[in-house]
Amino acid sequence: MQGFAYEAPSSLEALRARLAAAQGAGELTQVLAGGTDLLVQMKQGQRAPGLILDIKRVGETQALAVDGDTLVIGASVPAAKAKAFPLVAEAFPGLAHAIDLIGSSQIQGRASLGGNLCNASPAGDTIPALIANGFEAQILTAEGLRTLPVEAFVTGVGKNALAAGEVLLALQAPVPGPRSGDAYQRFTPRTEMDIAVVGVGARLTLDDAGVIASARIALGAVAPHAFLAEAAGAALVGTRGEPEALEAAAAAAMEAAKPISDKRGSADFRRRICGVLVKRVVAQALERCTTEGAK
Amino acid sequence: MKVHVQTEVNGEAVEFLCDPTTTLLEVLRDNLGLRGSKEGCGTGDCGACSVELDGALACSCLILAAETQGRSVATIEGVATPEALHPLQSHLLKSAGLQCGVCTPGIVVAAKHLLEQDPNPTEEAVRYFLAGNLCRCTGYDKIIRAVLDAAAEMRGEAA
Ligand SMILES: Cc1cc2nc3c(=O)[nH]c(=O)nc-3n(C[C@@H](O)[C@@H](O)[C@H](O)COP(=O)(O)OP(=O)(O)OC[C@H]3O[C@@H](n4cnc5c(N)ncnc54)[C@H](O)[C@@H]3O)c2cc1C
Ligand code: FES
Ligand code: FES
Repeated sequence: MQGFAYEAPSSLEALRARLAAAQGAGELTQVLAGGTDLLVQMKQGQRAPGLILDIKRVGETQALAVDGDTLVIGASVPAAKAKAFPLVAEAFPGLAHAIDLIGSSQIQGRASLGGNLCNASPAGDTIPALIANGFEAQILTAEGLRTLPVEAFVTGVGKNALAAGEVLLALQAPVPGPRSGDAYQRFTPRTEMDIAVVGVGARLTLDDAGVIASARIALGAVAPHAFLAEAAGAALVGTRGEPEALEAAAAAAMEAAKPISDKRGSADFRRRICGVLVKRVVAQALERCTTEGAK
Repeated sequence: MKVHVQTEVNGEAVEFLCDPTTTLLEVLRDNLGLRGSKEGCGTGDCGACSVELDGALACSCLILAAETQGRSVATIEGVATPEALHPLQSHLLKSAGLQCGVCTPGIVVAAKHLLEQDPNPTEEAVRYFLAGNLCRCTGYDKIIRAVLDAAAEMRGEAA
Protein backbone atom coordinates (compact mmCIF):
# COMPACT_ATOMS: atom_id res chain seq x y z
CA MET A 1 0.00 0.00 0.00
CA GLN A 2 1.18 3.50 -0.79
CA GLY A 3 1.91 5.66 2.28
CA PHE A 4 -0.86 7.49 4.12
CA ALA A 5 -1.56 9.08 7.47
CA TYR A 6 -4.03 7.34 9.80
CA GLU A 7 -6.30 9.15 12.24
CA ALA A 8 -9.25 8.00 14.33
CA PRO A 9 -11.24 10.96 15.69
CA SER A 10 -13.35 10.04 18.70
CA SER A 11 -16.21 12.52 18.44
CA LEU A 12 -18.52 13.98 15.84
CA GLU A 13 -17.01 17.44 16.35
CA ALA A 14 -13.46 16.12 15.93
CA LEU A 15 -14.47 14.21 12.81
CA ARG A 16 -16.16 17.24 11.26
CA ALA A 17 -13.19 19.49 12.08
CA ARG A 18 -10.72 16.98 10.62
CA LEU A 19 -12.77 16.62 7.45
CA ALA A 20 -12.91 20.39 7.03
CA ALA A 21 -9.15 20.74 7.58
CA ALA A 22 -8.39 17.94 5.13
CA GLN A 23 -10.65 19.53 2.54
CA GLY A 24 -9.00 22.91 3.07
CA ALA A 25 -5.54 21.37 2.64
CA GLY A 26 -6.65 19.39 -0.42
CA GLU A 27 -5.71 16.08 1.25
CA LEU A 28 -7.14 13.06 -0.57
CA THR A 29 -9.15 11.55 2.27
CA GLN A 30 -10.77 8.15 2.52
CA VAL A 31 -13.11 7.19 5.33
CA LEU A 32 -12.41 3.79 6.91
CA ALA A 33 -15.14 1.64 8.44
CA GLY A 34 -14.52 -2.13 8.32
CA GLY A 35 -11.93 -1.87 5.55
CA THR A 36 -13.18 -4.94 3.68
CA ASP A 37 -13.48 -2.97 0.46
CA LEU A 38 -11.04 -0.16 1.15
CA LEU A 39 -8.01 -2.22 2.22
CA VAL A 40 -8.46 -4.60 -0.69
CA GLN A 41 -8.72 -1.65 -3.09
CA MET A 42 -5.61 0.01 -1.61
CA LYS A 43 -3.60 -3.21 -1.72
CA GLN A 44 -4.56 -3.57 -5.36
CA GLY A 45 -3.49 0.01 -6.05
CA GLN A 46 -7.00 1.15 -7.01
CA ARG A 47 -6.99 3.81 -4.30
CA ALA A 48 -4.12 5.80 -2.83
CA PRO A 49 -5.46 8.23 -0.23
CA GLY A 50 -3.16 10.57 1.68
CA LEU A 51 -5.30 10.39 4.81
CA ILE A 52 -7.35 7.55 6.26
CA LEU A 53 -10.02 8.70 8.68
CA ASP A 54 -11.22 5.78 10.79
CA ILE A 55 -14.78 6.60 11.93
CA LYS A 56 -15.33 3.61 14.22
CA ARG A 57 -14.47 5.57 17.37
CA VAL A 58 -17.23 8.11 16.68
CA GLY A 59 -20.07 6.79 18.86
CA GLU A 60 -22.85 7.84 16.45
CA THR A 61 -21.46 5.50 13.76
CA GLN A 62 -21.66 2.55 16.20
CA ALA A 63 -25.30 3.17 17.19
CA LEU A 64 -27.70 0.23 16.92
CA ALA A 65 -31.01 1.15 18.46
CA VAL A 66 -34.73 1.69 18.14
CA ASP A 67 -35.52 5.36 18.61
CA GLY A 68 -39.32 5.69 18.94
CA ASP A 69 -40.54 4.00 15.77
CA THR A 70 -37.27 4.38 13.88
CA LEU A 71 -34.55 1.75 13.56
CA VAL A 72 -31.09 3.34 13.56
CA ILE A 73 -28.02 1.44 12.32
CA GLY A 74 -24.78 3.39 12.71
CA ALA A 75 -22.70 3.56 9.53
CA SER A 76 -19.78 1.54 10.92
CA VAL A 77 -21.72 -1.19 12.78
CA PRO A 78 -20.34 -4.52 11.56
CA ALA A 79 -22.63 -6.93 9.71
CA ALA A 80 -22.40 -9.65 12.37
CA LYS A 81 -23.77 -7.24 14.98
CA ALA A 82 -26.44 -5.70 12.75
CA LYS A 83 -27.94 -9.02 11.64
CA ALA A 84 -28.12 -10.28 15.24
CA PHE A 85 -29.92 -7.17 16.54
CA PRO A 86 -33.34 -8.51 17.62
CA LEU A 87 -35.45 -5.97 15.71
CA VAL A 88 -33.44 -6.52 12.52
CA ALA A 89 -33.78 -10.30 12.81
CA GLU A 90 -37.51 -10.14 13.63
CA ALA A 91 -38.95 -7.25 11.63
CA PHE A 92 -36.44 -7.11 8.76
CA PRO A 93 -35.69 -10.77 7.95
CA GLY A 94 -35.01 -9.87 4.30
CA LEU A 95 -32.42 -7.28 5.27
CA ALA A 96 -30.93 -9.70 7.83
CA HIS A 97 -30.57 -12.27 5.05
CA ALA A 98 -28.92 -9.72 2.73
CA ILE A 99 -26.45 -8.86 5.50
CA ASP A 100 -25.79 -12.55 6.09
CA LEU A 101 -24.86 -13.00 2.42
CA ILE A 102 -21.90 -10.59 2.67
CA GLY A 103 -18.67 -12.56 2.33
CA SER A 104 -17.75 -14.92 5.15
CA SER A 105 -18.08 -14.96 8.94
CA GLN A 106 -14.71 -13.17 9.08
CA ILE A 107 -15.82 -10.47 6.61
CA GLN A 108 -19.07 -10.00 8.52
CA GLY A 109 -17.10 -9.35 11.70
CA ARG A 110 -15.93 -6.09 10.12
CA ALA A 111 -17.96 -5.17 7.02
CA SER A 112 -20.48 -2.42 7.72
CA LEU A 113 -23.78 -1.64 5.99
CA GLY A 114 -22.56 1.94 5.65
CA GLY A 115 -19.46 0.76 3.79
CA ASN A 116 -21.48 -1.59 1.61
CA LEU A 117 -23.67 1.38 0.66
CA CYS A 118 -20.88 3.97 0.24
CA ASN A 119 -18.84 1.57 -1.88
CA ALA A 120 -21.89 1.52 -4.16
CA SER A 121 -21.13 -1.69 -6.00
CA PRO A 122 -24.03 -2.43 -8.38
CA ALA A 123 -24.06 -5.89 -6.75
CA GLY A 124 -23.79 -4.81 -3.08
CA ASP A 125 -26.22 -7.12 -1.32
CA THR A 126 -27.62 -4.83 1.34
CA ILE A 127 -28.47 -1.96 -1.03
CA PRO A 128 -31.67 -3.37 -2.61
CA ALA A 129 -32.82 -4.53 0.86
CA LEU A 130 -32.18 -1.06 2.30
CA ILE A 131 -34.04 0.62 -0.58
CA ALA A 132 -37.02 -1.77 -0.36
CA ASN A 133 -37.28 -1.09 3.37
CA GLY A 134 -37.33 2.68 2.88
CA PHE A 135 -34.02 3.37 4.64
CA GLU A 136 -32.66 6.90 4.69
CA ALA A 137 -29.00 7.86 4.81
CA GLN A 138 -28.17 10.32 7.58
CA ILE A 139 -25.23 12.41 6.40
CA LEU A 140 -22.82 14.57 8.40
CA THR A 141 -22.18 17.80 6.48
CA ALA A 142 -19.88 20.73 7.21
CA GLU A 143 -22.78 22.62 8.81
CA GLY A 144 -25.04 19.95 10.23
CA LEU A 145 -26.92 16.90 9.05
CA ARG A 146 -28.93 16.03 5.97
CA THR A 147 -30.86 12.95 4.97
CA LEU A 148 -31.34 11.26 1.62
CA PRO A 149 -33.37 8.17 0.71
CA VAL A 150 -30.95 5.31 -0.02
CA GLU A 151 -32.21 5.12 -3.64
CA ALA A 152 -30.96 8.68 -4.13
CA PHE A 153 -27.68 7.98 -2.31
CA VAL A 154 -26.27 5.57 -4.90
CA THR A 155 -25.60 7.38 -8.15
CA GLY A 156 -23.38 5.14 -10.28
CA VAL A 157 -20.88 2.28 -10.29
CA GLY A 158 -18.86 2.99 -7.13
CA LYS A 159 -20.42 6.46 -6.88
CA ASN A 160 -22.52 7.99 -4.14
CA ALA A 161 -24.16 11.33 -3.40
CA LEU A 162 -21.70 12.41 -0.67
CA ALA A 163 -20.06 15.75 -1.38
CA ALA A 164 -16.40 16.26 -0.46
CA GLY A 165 -16.11 16.53 3.31
CA GLU A 166 -19.35 14.65 3.97
CA VAL A 167 -19.63 11.33 5.80
CA LEU A 168 -22.46 8.83 6.16
CA LEU A 169 -23.37 8.69 9.86
CA ALA A 170 -26.22 6.23 10.06
CA LEU A 171 -29.01 4.44 8.24
CA GLN A 172 -32.54 4.73 9.53
CA ALA A 173 -35.93 3.28 8.64
CA PRO A 174 -39.42 3.21 10.09
CA VAL A 175 -40.14 0.13 12.18
CA PRO A 176 -42.73 -1.79 10.12
CA GLY A 177 -46.28 -2.09 11.46
CA PRO A 178 -48.49 -5.15 11.36
CA ARG A 179 -49.17 -7.17 8.16
CA SER A 180 -45.85 -6.18 6.67
CA GLY A 181 -42.95 -8.30 5.41
CA ASP A 182 -39.67 -7.98 3.53
CA ALA A 183 -37.45 -10.36 1.58
CA TYR A 184 -34.15 -10.34 -0.32
CA GLN A 185 -32.78 -12.98 -2.64
CA ARG A 186 -29.84 -13.03 -4.97
CA PHE A 187 -28.75 -15.35 -7.74
CA THR A 188 -25.16 -16.63 -7.60
CA PRO A 189 -23.55 -19.74 -9.09
CA ARG A 190 -22.20 -20.66 -5.61
CA THR A 191 -24.15 -20.40 -2.35
CA GLU A 192 -21.37 -18.64 -0.40
CA MET A 193 -18.52 -16.22 -1.10
CA ASP A 194 -19.86 -15.06 -4.45
CA ILE A 195 -21.11 -11.83 -6.02
CA ALA A 196 -24.76 -11.32 -6.97
CA VAL A 197 -25.58 -11.80 -10.64
CA VAL A 198 -28.97 -10.29 -9.77
CA GLY A 199 -30.34 -9.26 -6.35
CA VAL A 200 -33.95 -8.33 -5.55
CA GLY A 201 -35.40 -6.83 -2.37
CA ALA A 202 -39.07 -6.28 -1.52
CA ARG A 203 -41.16 -4.82 1.30
CA LEU A 204 -44.93 -5.34 1.20
CA THR A 205 -47.66 -4.13 3.55
CA LEU A 206 -51.24 -5.41 3.49
CA ASP A 207 -54.43 -3.64 4.55
CA ASP A 208 -56.69 -5.40 7.06
CA ALA A 209 -58.56 -7.12 4.24
CA GLY A 210 -55.31 -8.74 3.03
CA VAL A 211 -54.92 -6.54 -0.05
CA ILE A 212 -51.44 -5.18 -0.81
CA ALA A 213 -51.50 -1.52 0.26
CA SER A 214 -47.88 -0.70 -0.45
CA ALA A 215 -45.07 -2.48 -2.28
CA ARG A 216 -41.46 -1.46 -2.77
CA ILE A 217 -39.31 -3.58 -5.09
CA ALA A 218 -35.59 -2.78 -5.50
CA LEU A 219 -33.25 -4.34 -8.03
CA GLY A 220 -29.49 -4.87 -7.76
CA ALA A 221 -26.81 -5.81 -10.33
CA VAL A 222 -29.05 -5.04 -13.32
CA ALA A 223 -28.04 -1.36 -13.73
CA PRO A 224 -25.07 0.88 -12.78
CA HIS A 225 -26.57 1.13 -9.28
CA ALA A 226 -29.36 -0.51 -7.30
CA PHE A 227 -32.70 1.23 -7.77
CA LEU A 228 -36.36 1.28 -6.78
CA ALA A 229 -38.47 -0.33 -9.51
CA GLU A 230 -41.57 1.76 -8.92
CA ALA A 231 -43.67 0.22 -11.69
CA ALA A 232 -43.02 -3.26 -10.30
CA GLY A 233 -44.32 -2.19 -6.90
CA ALA A 234 -47.29 -0.39 -8.45
CA ALA A 235 -48.29 -3.58 -10.30
CA LEU A 236 -48.86 -5.26 -6.92
CA VAL A 237 -50.79 -2.56 -5.09
CA GLY A 238 -54.51 -3.36 -4.91
CA THR A 239 -53.93 -7.08 -5.58
CA ARG A 240 -53.54 -10.02 -3.23
CA GLY A 241 -50.37 -11.11 -4.96
CA GLU A 242 -52.21 -13.49 -7.31
CA PRO A 243 -50.11 -15.22 -10.01
CA GLU A 244 -51.13 -12.59 -12.62
CA ALA A 245 -50.06 -9.78 -10.27
CA LEU A 246 -46.67 -11.45 -9.76
CA GLU A 247 -46.29 -11.81 -13.54
CA ALA A 248 -47.11 -8.14 -14.00
CA ALA A 249 -44.59 -7.09 -11.34
CA ALA A 250 -41.92 -9.33 -12.90
CA ALA A 251 -42.62 -7.90 -16.35
CA ALA A 252 -42.34 -4.34 -15.02
CA ALA A 253 -39.03 -5.16 -13.29
CA MET A 254 -37.62 -6.79 -16.43
CA GLU A 255 -38.62 -3.68 -18.37
CA ALA A 256 -36.89 -1.40 -15.83
CA ALA A 257 -33.70 -3.53 -15.67
CA LYS A 258 -30.81 -2.29 -17.83
CA PRO A 259 -28.28 -5.07 -17.28
CA ILE A 260 -24.90 -5.49 -18.97
CA SER A 261 -23.29 -8.70 -20.20
CA ASP A 262 -20.15 -9.77 -18.35
CA LYS A 263 -18.45 -12.95 -17.15
CA ARG A 264 -21.18 -13.47 -14.55
CA GLY A 265 -24.03 -13.53 -17.05
CA SER A 266 -25.38 -12.06 -20.26
CA ALA A 267 -27.79 -9.13 -20.21
CA ASP A 268 -30.60 -11.38 -21.42
CA PHE A 269 -29.90 -13.98 -18.71
CA ARG A 270 -29.83 -11.28 -16.04
CA ARG A 271 -33.12 -9.80 -17.21
CA ARG A 272 -34.84 -13.18 -17.07
CA ILE A 273 -33.38 -14.06 -13.66
CA CYS A 274 -34.57 -10.67 -12.47
CA GLY A 275 -38.15 -11.61 -13.39
CA VAL A 276 -37.88 -14.97 -11.64
CA LEU A 277 -36.42 -13.45 -8.48
CA VAL A 278 -39.09 -10.73 -8.31
CA LYS A 279 -41.78 -13.42 -8.20
CA ARG A 280 -39.95 -15.45 -5.55
CA VAL A 281 -39.14 -12.45 -3.39
CA VAL A 282 -42.67 -11.06 -3.53
CA ALA A 283 -44.09 -14.47 -2.62
CA GLN A 284 -41.70 -14.72 0.33
CA ALA A 285 -42.45 -11.19 1.55
CA LEU A 286 -46.18 -11.88 1.21
CA GLU A 287 -45.87 -14.98 3.34
CA ARG A 288 -44.05 -12.93 5.98
CA CYS A 289 -46.90 -10.37 5.97
CA THR A 290 -49.22 -13.00 7.32
CA THR A 291 -46.76 -14.72 9.67
CA GLU A 292 -44.01 -12.55 11.16
CA GLY A 293 -45.68 -9.28 10.19
CA ALA A 294 -49.03 -10.17 11.72
CA LYS A 295 -47.68 -10.38 15.27
CA MET B 1 5.55 8.93 10.40
CA LYS B 2 5.37 5.83 12.57
CA VAL B 3 2.34 5.17 14.72
CA HIS B 4 2.76 4.14 18.35
CA VAL B 5 0.24 1.46 19.30
CA GLN B 6 -0.60 0.04 22.70
CA THR B 7 -2.90 -2.92 22.61
CA GLU B 8 -3.53 -6.32 24.12
CA VAL B 9 -2.72 -9.60 22.42
CA ASN B 10 -3.93 -12.85 23.99
CA GLY B 11 -4.44 -11.05 27.30
CA GLU B 12 -1.00 -9.48 27.43
CA ALA B 13 -0.27 -5.78 27.02
CA VAL B 14 1.91 -5.12 23.96
CA GLU B 15 3.35 -1.99 22.45
CA PHE B 16 4.83 -1.43 19.01
CA LEU B 17 5.75 1.19 16.44
CA CYS B 18 4.55 0.67 12.91
CA ASP B 19 3.99 2.40 9.62
CA PRO B 20 0.29 3.35 9.13
CA THR B 21 0.19 1.02 6.10
CA THR B 22 1.13 -2.05 8.18
CA THR B 23 -1.58 -4.64 8.67
CA LEU B 24 -2.28 -6.41 11.95
CA LEU B 25 -1.19 -9.67 10.28
CA GLU B 26 2.22 -8.16 9.47
CA VAL B 27 2.67 -6.86 13.02
CA LEU B 28 1.68 -10.21 14.53
CA ARG B 29 4.11 -12.15 12.37
CA ASP B 30 7.00 -9.71 11.92
CA ASN B 31 7.03 -7.53 15.06
CA LEU B 32 5.55 -9.83 17.69
CA GLY B 33 6.84 -13.16 16.41
CA LEU B 34 3.36 -14.70 16.44
CA ARG B 35 3.57 -16.66 13.20
CA GLY B 36 0.55 -18.91 13.69
CA SER B 37 -1.67 -16.60 11.64
CA LYS B 38 -0.88 -17.15 7.96
CA GLU B 39 -1.17 -15.01 4.86
CA GLY B 40 -2.91 -17.05 2.19
CA CYS B 41 -4.29 -14.26 0.02
CA GLY B 42 -4.08 -10.87 1.75
CA THR B 43 -7.55 -9.96 0.44
CA GLY B 44 -10.06 -11.52 2.85
CA ASP B 45 -10.78 -14.59 0.76
CA CYS B 46 -9.00 -17.48 2.54
CA GLY B 47 -9.39 -17.00 6.31
CA ALA B 48 -5.86 -18.24 7.13
CA CYS B 49 -5.20 -14.97 8.98
CA SER B 50 -8.34 -15.17 11.20
CA VAL B 51 -8.17 -13.45 14.59
CA GLU B 52 -10.64 -11.89 17.00
CA LEU B 53 -10.58 -8.14 17.51
CA ASP B 54 -12.57 -7.13 20.59
CA GLY B 55 -14.34 -10.47 20.27
CA ALA B 56 -15.30 -10.02 16.60
CA LEU B 57 -14.01 -12.60 14.14
CA ALA B 58 -11.98 -10.89 11.40
CA CYS B 59 -9.25 -11.28 8.80
CA SER B 60 -6.08 -9.72 10.22
CA CYS B 61 -4.84 -9.06 6.65
CA LEU B 62 -7.67 -6.49 6.34
CA ILE B 63 -7.04 -4.69 9.65
CA LEU B 64 -4.56 -1.84 9.95
CA ALA B 65 -2.32 -2.42 12.95
CA ALA B 66 -3.00 1.18 13.99
CA GLU B 67 -6.69 0.34 14.40
CA THR B 68 -5.90 -1.96 17.34
CA GLN B 69 -4.92 0.90 19.67
CA GLY B 70 -6.60 0.21 23.03
CA ARG B 71 -8.40 -2.89 21.69
CA SER B 72 -7.85 -6.54 22.40
CA VAL B 73 -6.66 -9.11 19.88
CA ALA B 74 -6.94 -12.89 20.19
CA THR B 75 -4.85 -15.15 17.95
CA ILE B 76 -4.27 -18.87 17.51
CA GLU B 77 -1.37 -18.65 19.96
CA GLY B 78 -3.85 -17.98 22.78
CA VAL B 79 -6.04 -21.02 22.09
CA ALA B 80 -4.13 -23.89 23.73
CA THR B 81 -2.97 -23.77 27.34
CA PRO B 82 0.53 -24.91 28.34
CA GLU B 83 -1.16 -28.04 29.72
CA ALA B 84 -3.49 -29.04 26.92
CA LEU B 85 -4.59 -28.51 23.37
CA HIS B 86 -8.05 -27.06 22.80
CA PRO B 87 -10.58 -29.82 21.95
CA LEU B 88 -10.77 -28.40 18.41
CA GLN B 89 -7.03 -28.90 18.03
CA SER B 90 -7.02 -32.43 19.42
CA HIS B 91 -9.97 -33.44 17.25
CA LEU B 92 -8.34 -31.96 14.13
CA LEU B 93 -5.32 -34.14 14.89
CA LYS B 94 -7.44 -37.20 15.67
CA SER B 95 -9.60 -36.84 12.52
CA ALA B 96 -6.62 -36.01 10.28
CA GLY B 97 -8.31 -32.67 9.61
CA LEU B 98 -5.06 -31.15 8.41
CA GLN B 99 -2.31 -31.95 5.95
CA CYS B 100 -0.04 -28.99 5.17
CA GLY B 101 -1.58 -27.08 8.08
CA VAL B 102 -1.65 -23.64 6.51
CA CYS B 103 -5.40 -23.25 6.91
CA THR B 104 -5.51 -24.85 10.37
CA PRO B 105 -4.87 -21.85 12.65
CA GLY B 106 -7.61 -19.87 10.90
CA ILE B 107 -10.00 -22.81 11.11
CA VAL B 108 -9.38 -23.23 14.84
CA VAL B 109 -9.87 -19.51 15.55
CA ALA B 110 -13.08 -19.36 13.48
CA ALA B 111 -14.52 -22.64 14.77
CA LYS B 112 -13.81 -21.62 18.37
CA HIS B 113 -15.69 -18.37 17.74
CA LEU B 114 -18.64 -20.36 16.34
CA LEU B 115 -18.77 -22.80 19.28
CA GLU B 116 -18.73 -19.93 21.75
CA GLN B 117 -21.86 -18.55 20.07
CA ASP B 118 -23.51 -21.89 19.36
CA PRO B 119 -22.25 -24.91 21.32
CA ASN B 120 -24.44 -27.29 19.31
CA PRO B 121 -24.31 -26.29 15.64
CA THR B 122 -25.69 -28.46 12.85
CA GLU B 123 -23.28 -29.76 10.22
CA GLU B 124 -24.82 -27.28 7.78
CA ALA B 125 -24.23 -24.39 10.20
CA VAL B 126 -20.57 -25.40 10.59
CA ARG B 127 -20.11 -25.61 6.82
CA TYR B 128 -21.67 -22.15 6.29
CA PHE B 129 -19.76 -20.60 9.17
CA LEU B 130 -16.43 -21.88 7.86
CA ALA B 131 -17.14 -20.99 4.21
CA GLY B 132 -14.49 -18.26 4.42
CA ASN B 133 -11.76 -20.70 5.50
CA LEU B 134 -10.26 -22.27 2.41
CA CYS B 135 -8.37 -25.57 2.60
CA ARG B 136 -6.59 -26.88 -0.46
CA CYS B 137 -5.63 -30.22 1.09
CA THR B 138 -8.28 -32.01 3.09
CA GLY B 139 -11.50 -31.70 1.12
CA TYR B 140 -13.15 -30.22 4.25
CA ASP B 141 -15.04 -33.31 5.44
CA LYS B 142 -12.54 -34.24 8.13
CA ILE B 143 -12.41 -30.64 9.32
CA ILE B 144 -16.19 -30.47 9.70
CA ARG B 145 -16.20 -33.83 11.48
CA ALA B 146 -13.49 -32.61 13.89
CA VAL B 147 -15.47 -29.45 14.70
CA LEU B 148 -18.66 -31.44 15.38
CA ASP B 149 -16.73 -33.93 17.55
CA ALA B 150 -15.02 -31.14 19.47
CA ALA B 151 -18.39 -29.47 20.03
CA ALA B 152 -19.81 -32.74 21.38
CA GLU B 153 -16.84 -33.18 23.71
CA MET B 154 -17.15 -29.59 24.94
CA ARG B 155 -20.85 -30.19 25.69
CA GLY B 156 -19.78 -33.14 27.80
CA GLU B 157 -21.10 -35.73 25.35
CA ALA B 158 -18.94 -38.61 24.19
CA ALA B 159 -17.54 -37.78 20.77
C1 LIG C 1 -13.91 -11.88 0.58
C2 LIG C 1 -14.99 -10.83 0.45
C3 LIG C 1 -16.28 -11.22 0.10
C4 LIG C 1 -17.30 -10.25 -0.04
N1 LIG C 1 -18.55 -10.67 -0.37
C5 LIG C 1 -19.56 -9.76 -0.51
C6 LIG C 1 -20.88 -10.16 -0.85
O1 LIG C 1 -21.17 -11.35 -1.02
N2 LIG C 1 -21.84 -9.20 -0.96
C7 LIG C 1 -21.56 -7.89 -0.76
O2 LIG C 1 -22.45 -7.06 -0.87
N3 LIG C 1 -20.31 -7.47 -0.44
C8 LIG C 1 -19.31 -8.38 -0.32
N4 LIG C 1 -18.05 -7.96 0.00
C9 LIG C 1 -17.81 -6.53 0.15
C10 LIG C 1 -18.28 -6.05 1.53
O3 LIG C 1 -17.50 -6.67 2.53
C11 LIG C 1 -18.15 -4.56 1.58
O4 LIG C 1 -18.92 -3.92 0.60
C12 LIG C 1 -18.49 -4.01 2.97
O5 LIG C 1 -19.86 -4.06 3.28
C13 LIG C 1 -17.99 -2.58 3.06
O6 LIG C 1 -18.05 -2.17 4.40
P1 LIG C 1 -16.72 -1.80 5.20
O7 LIG C 1 -17.20 -1.36 6.53
O8 LIG C 1 -15.74 -2.88 5.14
O9 LIG C 1 -16.27 -0.54 4.34
P2 LIG C 1 -14.82 0.05 4.00
O10 LIG C 1 -14.03 -0.91 3.22
O11 LIG C 1 -14.22 0.61 5.24
O12 LIG C 1 -15.31 1.26 3.07
C14 LIG C 1 -15.86 1.03 1.80
C15 LIG C 1 -15.90 2.34 1.01
O13 LIG C 1 -16.89 3.22 1.53
C16 LIG C 1 -16.30 4.39 2.09
N5 LIG C 1 -16.97 4.59 3.36
C17 LIG C 1 -17.16 3.64 4.31
N6 LIG C 1 -17.92 4.13 5.32
C18 LIG C 1 -18.20 5.42 4.97
C19 LIG C 1 -18.96 6.43 5.61
N7 LIG C 1 -19.58 6.22 6.77
N8 LIG C 1 -19.06 7.63 5.00
C20 LIG C 1 -18.43 7.85 3.80
N9 LIG C 1 -17.71 6.91 3.15
C21 LIG C 1 -17.60 5.71 3.73
C22 LIG C 1 -14.82 4.10 2.21
O14 LIG C 1 -14.04 5.26 2.09
C23 LIG C 1 -14.60 3.14 1.07
O15 LIG C 1 -14.48 3.82 -0.15
C24 LIG C 1 -17.01 -8.89 0.16
C25 LIG C 1 -15.72 -8.49 0.53
C26 LIG C 1 -14.72 -9.45 0.67
C27 LIG C 1 -13.33 -9.00 1.06
S1 FES D 1 -4.71 -13.84 4.23
FE1 FES D 1 -6.34 -12.83 5.18
S2 FES D 1 -8.04 -13.82 4.33
FE2 FES D 1 -6.41 -14.70 3.21
S1 FES E 1 -4.39 -28.54 5.36
FE1 FES E 1 -3.38 -27.63 3.71
S2 FES E 1 -4.70 -25.95 3.26
FE2 FES E 1 -5.81 -27.02 4.75
